[in-house]
Amino acid sequence: MIRVTERPIDVAALLDALPETGALATFVGRVRADDGVTELMLEHYPGATERALEAVAATATERWELANAIIVHRIGAMAPGEAIVFVAAAAAHRQAALDACAFMIDRLKTDAPFWKRETRGREARWVEQRGGDRAAAARWDHDPDESS
Amino acid sequence: MLYFAWVREAIGTGSERIDPPGEVTTVSALIEWLAGRSAGHAEAFADRARLRAAVDQRFVPLEAPLGDAREVAIFPPVTGG
Repeated sequence: MIRVTERPIDVAALLDALPETGALATFVGRVRADDGVTELMLEHYPGATERALEAVAATATERWELANAIIVHRIGAMAPGEAIVFVAAAAAHRQAALDACAFMIDRLKTDAPFWKRETRGREARWVEQRGGDRAAAARWDHDPDESS
Repeated sequence: MLYFAWVREAIGTGSERIDPPGEVTTVSALIEWLAGRSAGHAEAFADRARLRAAVDQRFVPLEAPLGDAREVAIFPPVTGG
């Protein structure tokens, strides 16, 4: 299940709706509150965003045989401490759940068309993509289960 | 055309309809042609290394052909998550 929403992400409600599998891994990304940011604005590309998130969730579901994959991403204006993104992977065993959860957050950072604009007081600036994000996504390019 | 983030801000609009000449057959050539439309377009498209593109909602390299695309988007590298 994927969702793009302007409303606050209700993590407890999302957790309640997940199937009772042996392993559940979740990740919550939040607006950093420690570097002077007073507001974060998330812009996205309607249509293309949903397509990209569906592709990330579908790839994870197939690669790690997940019972369920969830990606919920916030758009619009939000305050420090608020959740930007929620990712969950439900699987039979922990390694699949943990790897799938990491894969989904790494991949959505490079594959989904979102753009962050930070405001500090009166100054607003667009966030630059980090090389580390590309490297984190690229580490999943090789699937050890498919090596010869 | 669709524009996002600082590309949208520099151009001054998030979308516009265009009718490029026949010799514009790639995303890169389209960007070159668009850069001549206004000072804002020129500013937005000054540094190709900072631009990414999608043709009919699929991410493509700037050298990609336009084909019979209906929707082309130009934007900065993505920063979600």
